[in-house]
Amino acid sequence: MSAIQTRDLTKKYKEKIAVDQLNLSIEQGELFSLLGVNGAGKTTTIKMLSCLSKPTSGDAVLLGDSVATSPMEVKKKINVSPQETAVAPNLTVKENLETIAGLYGSNRKEAVKKTKEMIESFGLSEVEKSKAKTLSGGWQRRLSIAMALISNPQILFLDEPTLGLDVLARRDLWRTIEQLKGKVTIILTTHYLEEAEALSDRIAIMAKGRLKAVGTVKELMSHTHTDKFEDAFIALASGNGASL
Amino acid sequence: MKVLAFASRNRKELLRDPLNLAFGIGFPVVLLLLLSAIQSNVPVSLFKIRSLAPGIAVFGLSFISLFSGMLIAKDRSTSFLIRLFASPLSASNFILGYTLPLLPMAIVQSIICFIVSYFLGLSVNVNLLLALIILIPAAILFIAIGLLAGSLLTDKQVGGVCGALLTNLVAWLSGTWFDLNLVGGAFKTAANALPFVHAVDAARAAVAGDYALILPHLLWVIAYAVVILSLAIYVFNEKMRSDAK
Repeated sequence: MSAIQTRDLTKKYKEKIAVDQLNLSIEQGELFSLLGVNGAGKTTTIKMLSCLSKPTSGDAVLLGDSVATSPMEVKKKINVSPQETAVAPNLTVKENLETIAGLYGSNRKEAVKKTKEMIESFGLSEVEKSKAKTLSGGWQRRLSIAMALISNPQILFLDEPTLGLDVLARRDLWRTIEQLKGKVTIILTTHYLEEAEALSDRIAIMAKGRLKAVGTVKELMSHTHTDKFEDAFIALASGNGASL
Repeated sequence: MKVLAFASRNRKELLRDPLNLAFGIGFPVVLLLLLSAIQSNVPVSLFKIRSLAPGIAVFGLSFISLFSGMLIAKDRSTSFLIRLFASPLSASNFILGYTLPLLPMAIVQSIICFIVSYFLGLSVNVNLLLALIILIPAAILFIAIGLLAGSLLTDKQVGGVCGALLTNLVAWLSGTWFDLNLVGGAFKTAANALPFVHAVDAARAAVAGDYALILPHLLWVIAYAVVILSLAIYVFNEKMRSDAK
């Protein structure tokens, strides 16, 4: 069974088509990146897949449950690390993690146990008693991803996880994401092409709401007859390359 | 468990904001002390503690709107809302999670107000307990006003509307500072059409032991609370879902 299967997934805002008949299949354990310039439809796609926004038409089935008809079932299997800071500012790192575990149904004892595990695996012990608002951007992002993983999601959406981070913090977060590969299905959106290139099993390139190409980095470069992934991306995202 | 986890987070966010504590508890207590000091130095009955304490208790509750409104408006302005909406929390879980921590805060606030009033001469008897119960619909009304404001406005706007406009409305139109009959006319009519003076009068009747007077005033407060809370729940659901899109 695929982790995610979309069928003509479409989102319209009045006359504007944000996502147009998207058909995608993502396998379990895959790290799948969605790339595109601003307004390509990446974030709208993520919002539909994570049940934040209802599709205008079409559907997406996540591990057997439809986002259109069973959003609550889908929500139990997924988690999201949104763009920007998504932490409760006046709560400590530990409290933030316990809160999210509770929101996903863990009782107090389970929440404490899971929090301890996440603090250890994400190296958050030195800041566990610090309020989230006092953390640096890098620590906040790390906490944000730990909060997304504490519910043991089968599918994880990472929306621009390294936006605004310095190069060291970014590489640090890459290592964290790499460790998750194969264990969780990850859908990543990013503007950093080198990030998608380094982390992804497969990449989808969207432009003007439509899927332009899907494949591995090598497949995309080969299809566009380019030597650099950036050139392949430009060819596909600007519409100069044929759809794959 | 989900609701309790969310309510616990909201309680911590509220209690860890020093401004909430300063305005919610400190300001009403300062007013009680100040007005009682004035009363002790003037020959006429301006601020008798039996009338003043219920008035200040209602005035203090108006700050609950500010707290709830600010919390919701701040959540709406950050990506934390997206995380909450992606979780398996239902609409009723959200409403309960925001409301539950505020109700005990409102009751504690009223208790503190009556404790301070005791030291200023208020008699302690079973009527004070009744007054605390009578104040619960008013607390729900103010929580609902905050829910509504937080769903519609930014945190800065909530600060202006709930922190300045609402508190002044309550102060002037509740009959706490002066007898509304002294002004009369349209002012008194407007005040009587709003729930604030009825909340104060119901609590005053409870403190005074005039039980027959409680219900007519309390019905005004309950009616307003039901209407505003229903409106707040509707607007909250509509607005927060559109924010997430």
